Amino acid sequence: MSDLLTYAYAVVRAAGGLQEAAAPLRGVADAPVGLVTDTGVVQLGLVVSHVPAQDFREDALKRHLEDLEWLEAVARAHHGVIEALAERTTVLPLRLATVYLDDQRAREVLSAGRTVFAERLARLSEHVEWGVKIYVEPSEVPAAPAVPAADLTPGRAYLRNRRQQQSVRDTVYQAAQKAAERVETAGRKHAADRVRHRVQQGFLAEAAGSAAGENVVNDAYLVPLNRCDDFLADVTRAADGLDGVRVEATGPWAPYSFAMPPGESGGTAEGAPP
Amino acid sequence: MITPGPPPEAERLPQRQVALIDLLDRLLTGGVVLTGDVVLSIADIDLVRVSLRALIVSISEQNPSPWTSTSPLRGDHDS
Repeated sequence: MSDLLTYAYAVVRAAGGLQEAAAPLRGVADAPVGLVTDTGVVQLGLVVSHVPAQDFREDALKRHLEDLEWLEAVARAHHGVIEALAERTTVLPLRLATVYLDDQRAREVLSAGRTVFAERLARLSEHVEWGVKIYVEPSEVPAAPAVPAADLTPGRAYLRNRRQQQSVRDTVYQAAQKAAERVETAGRKHAADRVRHRVQQGFLAEAAGSAAGENVVNDAYLVPLNRCDDFLADVTRAADGLDGVRVEATGPWAPYSFAMPPGESGGTAEGAPP
Repeated sequence: MITPGPPPEAERLPQRQVALIDLLDRLLTGGVVLTGDVVLSIADIDLVRVSLRALIVSISEQNPSPWTSTSPLRGDHDS
């Protein structure tokens, strides 16, 4: 058995010059990237590179996935290849770590899915994905001026403070709700589709740096290229006049979240069973 | 308050550093799911605690498609 496996990144339409565009790219494990093509009427290509079997066999993968550094390296390499190709052609990104025994197996899978891939590529053509996140930052809302508590018993003062804090929180969440509605309106107006991701929390969210505050909305929109400016303009205005609410847009992304129609992607955040 | 999210076109460098969490949101839950010879089936990714509940399933006669079966790791709710 070969000690190399075929790692697949994305399905692309095999446009002219693509082979040349892929050639200088480096993928996972710093391996050169190539194109596996099928011979159908609609010529499609699978963007692949070769990875060491000892790292990508089942047991090894399972172990590696618990290793955040390893995962990050693979994720960034995967993304790097897709991003570079997305600048030249429509890509249909594959989920992370799709691995075949060899190129021939990859070609078979490509041929088997030809119709679906062609359909999907046609739909995603000239579209990009934008991420829109909404954060609330209750602490940034100026608290009501502190009334001297001298005339109150400590118990009453405590209760009043709590009530004030609570009301600030409520106000901020209502403001976030409003921002979310504005973003949705912008989406309906400009975007072709939307997917909800789970809200970001925990260590990685904190590691993202600027992302102070609590993430309450984490959506992805599929936006036609010629509507991006309008969409972003509307989205970035969504928090206007709302204290303690922050809207953050990321992108443009290759259409990761829309690669498959809802329900066929095997567990988007929204469709996942409880 | 607004963060000027997207950089202008000119700053769109291929290697611009995107937040890992945004990337994982997409790479782990998005993308076309093809049955590979070695399949990474992400049953329940818990990005909250960065413990990736990942399961690797090999395609075989006994186990034709991990995507249609219910997740074997469901119920793994230790916290």
